Amino acid sequence: MLAMNYRGPFRVRADHKPDPVIEHPGDAIVRVTRSCICGSDLHLYHGLVPDTRVGTTFGHEFVGIVEEVGSQVTKLKVGDHVLVPFNVFCGSCFFCQKELYGNCHNTNPQASAVGGIYGYSHTAGGFDGGQAEFVRVPMADVGPTVIPADMDEDDAVLLTDALPTGYQAAEMGDISEGDTVVVFGAGPVGIFAAKSAWLFGAGRVIVVDHVDYRLDFVRRYAQCEVVNFREVDDMALHIKKMTDWLGADVCIDAVGCEAAGSAAQTITGVHLMMQAGSATALHWCINSVRKGGNVSIVGVYGPTFNAIPIGNALNKGLTLRMNQASVKRHLPRLIEHIQAGRIDPKQIITHRVPLEEVSDAYHIFSSKLDDCIKTVLIPPSANQVRAIESTANH
Amino acid sequence: MAHDHHHDHDHDHNQGRDLAVFQHGRPPVDRSAIQGWGADLDRKNRPGVPMERTPPRIDAPLTQPEQQPQHVEVLLSPERPHMTPLFGSPNPPRGVSGMVRRAAFKETENDIRHWLLLMLADRIDVVEGLVEDLGRGHVPNILGEMGIKAEWQHNKRGLAQKVAIGAAVAGIACYLYQRRDRR
Repeated sequence: MLAMNYRGPFRVRADHKPDPVIEHPGDAIVRVTRSCICGSDLHLYHGLVPDTRVGTTFGHEFVGIVEEVGSQVTKLKVGDHVLVPFNVFCGSCFFCQKELYGNCHNTNPQASAVGGIYGYSHTAGGFDGGQAEFVRVPMADVGPTVIPADMDEDDAVLLTDALPTGYQAAEMGDISEGDTVVVFGAGPVGIFAAKSAWLFGAGRVIVVDHVDYRLDFVRRYAQCEVVNFREVDDMALHIKKMTDWLGADVCIDAVGCEAAGSAAQTITGVHLMMQAGSATALHWCINSVRKGGNVSIVGVYGPTFNAIPIGNALNKGLTLRMNQASVKRHLPRLIEHIQAGRIDPKQIITHRVPLEEVSDAYHIFSSKLDDCIKTVLIPPSANQVRAIESTANH
Repeated sequence: MAHDHHHDHDHDHNQGRDLAVFQHGRPPVDRSAIQGWGADLDRKNRPGVPMERTPPRIDAPLTQPEQQPQHVEVLLSPERPHMTPLFGSPNPPRGVSGMVRRAAFKETENDIRHWLLLMLADRIDVVEGLVEDLGRGHVPNILGEMGIKAEWQHNKRGLAQKVAIGAAVAGIACYLYQRRDRR
């Protein structure tokens, strides 16, 4: 099969690899019809996540058609069109029983903090991801969700991570009616966090980034105010000024370990790797939120050491909440939102690229070229499947 | 609407308080213009609050999954030393990078040496990947893998700058090297 192949920092290519096989009776093999490049894939692409091995296939956002199922799979059948949450989870362990699917204890022998994630290094279980023609999907009766018949496949693929993560970010902010919410980062997750903040009753939503085309997009899509941090002297001071010197009620970090905006953080965190990435967005969250406010973190940070202003958080009496999104928990509600027209996720897709051109797709997204917001990769066999379906329908 | 967790100092004005006050002097947002505004304002509609919800909403088996057969080496975190029922099997440790990874997994995740050794192994792995490519007769198109086509298409000026800087650095290095040789 054709699959994305990581060769080292800033180097990926499309290669022929062996097809995945059923390795456990609960597995399914899914023929991928759409996969996305996620902002957090860039942390892997840039070589910042430990134990990202050469030869790995990335891709934790994908939808596809069930091609084969293991002997224990009862709910899913060959031919089902499914969206697959990015978490690999069992549904039965201590943490899954608490709906903490991002923290499943049965899918990742190589680290204790996080559960398995498709195509997200061996620190997240060493599973190959969906930027390929086929992918192994463990616990097929638990993770995948059949895509509703009336749902666009492009909406469905954004339900595998970007939208639920943005939604959970807003939810973890515990927004009350009329709250001022500041979202740091205007990537796909930040865009969806801003959109979701309104669903939770925010009174004001401000999005901060440094890329003008992304700010223009989020202003139109999420009807929010925007700030380009390159145009202000001090981000926390600016937010204080915007909020009658109180600070925002809720701040959301939708950036993670590669934040721009602080030379010291960038040099120590990204270039010298003296800490696990640049924590600038988190600094700004803690320092921009009001006393007693909430900080919600969904931007990805690598292990293990980061310099963050925990003393300020203590002195301000903040509530900090964070996690990988438990996608499956949010799906029923988010499907309702899409069907009711409250959110139209597919509008953020700006690029559709054949899987064969994955190198260029990563470079465009990573370097923010061509006004890229979200890229969908389409494997050659996806078109083949569509052709078959189309023939069958006629 | 009432918003009771700040502005307590302004008690006398509470009766006349409207959303504009709570938005820090900004005009109130036209909620009707925002599709779905407040749809999840009621906490009962929030699927993740409380975050830990039991029983879970999905219908999953309550038994431990069957053990996946192991055909390749999988390294185990000392902080969860038993093999999980499910695991990823691609790209087992190999070569020198594999030796470094094995050493890393002798340390706990709580120990920074674990992560630093893994980062070192990742860099060694890149070199091993190049050797592997060459070993099977494949000369990797490194510029292509880095997306030079997209750079040429969408960022010609940036590409020209990078080429110019690269050429300047190479030229200076060459000059210094030759000067050292002449001494």
